[in-house]
Amino acid sequence: MKLLSRLYMVLIFVFLYAPLLIMVLFSFNEANSLSNFTGFSLRWYEELFQSEEVLDVLSNTLILALLSAAIATVVGTAAAVGIEKMRTRWLKTAVNTVSNMPMMNPDIVTGISMALLFAFAMKLFHMESIFGFWTVLIAHVTFNLPYVILSVVPKIRQMDRFLPEAALDLGCTPMQSFFKVELPAILPGVLSGFVMALTLSLDDFVISYFNTDGDFQTLPIYIFGMTKRTVTPDIYSLSTLLFAGVLLLLILSNLMQSHAERKEQRIAAAKRRARSGRRG
Amino acid sequence: MNKLIELKGITKSYDGETVLNHINLDIHDHEFVTLLGPSGCGKTTTLRIIGGFVTPDEGDVIFDGARINDLPPYKRHVNTVFQKYALFPHLNVYENIAFALRLARLPEAEISRRVKEMLALVALSGFEKKNVNLLSGGQQQRVAIARALINKPRVLLLDEPLGALDLKLRKDMQNELKKIQTQTGITFIYVTHDQEEALSMSDTVVVMQNGVIQQIGTPTDIYNEPVNAFVADFIGESNIVDGVMLEDKLVSFSGHTFPCLDSGFGKNQPVDVVVRPEDVDVVSPEKGMLRGIVSSVTFKGVHYEIIVDIGGFKWMIQTTDYVAPEAEIGLYIEPDAIHVMNKSEFSGQFGDYSSFSDEMDNISDPDATEEE
Amino acid sequence: MGRVILKEKMNKKRSFLRTAAAYPHMVWSVLFIVAPLIFVLYYALTEEDASGNFYFSFANITALAGESYLPVFFRSICFAVVATAICLVLAYPLAYFLSKCKVSSQRMLIMLVMLPMWMNLLIRTYSWMNILETNGLINNLLTTIGLPNAKLLGNGAAVVLGMVYNFLPYMIMPIYTVMSKIDSRYLEAAADLGCNGPQTMLRVILPLSASGIISGITMVFVPSVSTFYISQKMGNGRFEMIGDTIERQFMSNYDYHMGATLSLVLMVLIIICLAVMNRFGDEDGGVLV
Repeated sequence: MKLLSRLYMVLIFVFLYAPLLIMVLFSFNEANSLSNFTGFSLRWYEELFQSEEVLDVLSNTLILALLSAAIATVVGTAAAVGIEKMRTRWLKTAVNTVSNMPMMNPDIVTGISMALLFAFAMKLFHMESIFGFWTVLIAHVTFNLPYVILSVVPKIRQMDRFLPEAALDLGCTPMQSFFKVELPAILPGVLSGFVMALTLSLDDFVISYFNTDGDFQTLPIYIFGMTKRTVTPDIYSLSTLLFAGVLLLLILSNLMQSHAERKEQRIAAAKRRARSGRRG
Repeated sequence: MNKLIELKGITKSYDGETVLNHINLDIHDHEFVTLLGPSGCGKTTTLRIIGGFVTPDEGDVIFDGARINDLPPYKRHVNTVFQKYALFPHLNVYENIAFALRLARLPEAEISRRVKEMLALVALSGFEKKNVNLLSGGQQQRVAIARALINKPRVLLLDEPLGALDLKLRKDMQNELKKIQTQTGITFIYVTHDQEEALSMSDTVVVMQNGVIQQIGTPTDIYNEPVNAFVADFIGESNIVDGVMLEDKLVSFSGHTFPCLDSGFGKNQPVDVVVRPEDVDVVSPEKGMLRGIVSSVTFKGVHYEIIVDIGGFKWMIQTTDYVAPEAEIGLYIEPDAIHVMNKSEFSGQFGDYSSFSDEMDNISDPDATEEE
Repeated sequence: MGRVILKEKMNKKRSFLRTAAAYPHMVWSVLFIVAPLIFVLYYALTEEDASGNFYFSFANITALAGESYLPVFFRSICFAVVATAICLVLAYPLAYFLSKCKVSSQRMLIMLVMLPMWMNLLIRTYSWMNILETNGLINNLLTTIGLPNAKLLGNGAAVVLGMVYNFLPYMIMPIYTVMSKIDSRYLEAAADLGCNGPQTMLRVILPLSASGIISGITMVFVPSVSTFYISQKMGNGRFEMIGDTIERQFMSNYDYHMGATLSLVLMVLIIICLAVMNRFGDEDGGVLV
């Protein structure tokens, strides 16, 4: 039984990883082929970094991801604090339902609904074109927001609810109490929300696709364009790089998390020791 | 009464840490046995070995004459009331109790009859359709007992079943459990860290510490004749002092020689002497066998609890007469109030009340007493 | 007394300040979530005349029943249902085995399950094309060992494979999460009451993991039914799905009104699906994660 379950797990992981391994492998292919591996070379990576277009797209993507994640983190954290404080039940439910919509709706519906809004605005103000960086940024902030809120809210609930009162009691203004006491307490949630937003933004294709014009391209959109033409291995080297970047982010946030957990464990252990010390 | 369960030389360790060290224990039919000890003493592991959730590293588990070490839980004639109950959250009260009968594919009419019977036994008639997650702790407790008893097990294992209830409810449930045990005649093996619970319910108490059985006996035996300082301290309050057995029925401690009832020790053998706080009489200093200064007095309702400093050793004494702090008093100890024990690994660790307040602090800390 | 009133006032002010923190988000939500959805409805119920003015019309809605859209809906739902079912069958045992692994290695294994999700969906799909295409890896392999080439791409199975591959982790994760939280005491209690292995699975683990199954199903079904890239690439464009039609309306036909109508239908479809799933969840006493 044990052997069988091991075998099954291995098979599923092979299924999940085979395409990725093939992609990484062929990104180092010498020949211009995605099916015959002729030899190892960095040729496609070099070509990638010589292409101004690619570098342009790369910087677009990074700026977009950082900016949208930052805005979503600030707005979302504030929102989480505010929502948790709301006493009007229906309002709270309404706000939560609405902000979760981009998460529940298929990407294509979210993307198209925003495109329609922008198209209408364009028509209304007789603009030449509205689509580009700003529309994509707005779209990214919108779909990042619920994820930030979702990772901050649990931390607010976990926080000792007397902490802010203690701060106020000791002379903090509400603002000071937030920045000096509450923010440090919920920081892990805020940071993981930021990282989540960053990765989602880097990865998004569908929503960006419907909300941009030909001039502003992100990496996924660029890749989509490439897969429509004859494909060369440079698309794989680009994806490998992208994947490596996201991997790095994930490892980083994981390290952060396990660091925080170890700290908690140490505290718990110290508490246990203190207790057993008193017993004996 | 015949032996129902025998544990023979049971040893179990986790990650190199010995949890049970050569446990030998016989449990008889219709008996109410309590495994008593502080957290980490091995009592829950012993119970789980009987239940079949833990396999011992060494030793044999004998049930009704047959070795059952490798028998899985679902084939044992033993049922368990779990810590925090483990009621299935997806089933209602009726279905939880009927669970074992459904597995046996009994006809619906019989299932219904037996579930009703069980609900009546635990005083929950009319609760059939209730959601188990919405019941109070005491009600969940009753459902757990009914669920475990419906299969008519030979033995019922109870793992700190009252731990999650408040004091008042705990008292009621103690009586009820005892009543159910007498009514059904099923052997109960009961794990607890609460010595009062153990004394008031059990036929036999098994005191454990450090993975070793310290003493097996009736509640009265355990209380009146503890075998070592650990048992004396764990069961009730006790003053435990160093003494020397001068000869049979004569023991010396705290600079005074006392007549006692114990015998069979060697001449001038060092021993531990136990005196229960309620067995000491407070008299005027000149009439006392021992003299001391009162260092604190606490009113407890029925009696005063006073701490007396006798030559640097703090005694706890319970008396109905008020004495003033700082007063000098005399203590008088009857021969039958003195219990003499052999020296053990626990000598000198217990029975001094110098750090009394600290200890109280500890007892009131609920986390400190939780098992696992 | 005065102090009390002052305090009350301060409290009021504080809680107002607190709630106000959510205002930017609320404004944002109204502008960029609610308003766009209203526009979907608005575009769906209007048409454009030659001079670019909108007028009210049911033409788009009635067009849905026509031959050009009905089969597309039917096909989308069929593919999504099949893909979801396969995901469930594959994921359930895996989630169970994962939850039985050593706790220390579970975290690592779960990372491994999630990791492919962070590779862009377009690339993951493209990589499969590479494996399956006429002169792709598998066919190269077949040629090398002297077997005839097989046509692996451009059929329904390939489309379903693409969906299963891309969304399988969405099924594994919620089921695993619920399973790993099942208190081992429930399993012990089941064994104690006479359940052997398969009985424990059927009577305890399965009902207790129902909520995970339900959220897994919705998490796989929603992206499957609305995808447009996978069906184009894996199906060689032979299996048009709702997503493809919507994309075509927006990106090549420039018929925003029909596109909006189709999106609206997709949304309604998914809301119905979620509601049904939620109903299931309630009956089992489970909660949607």
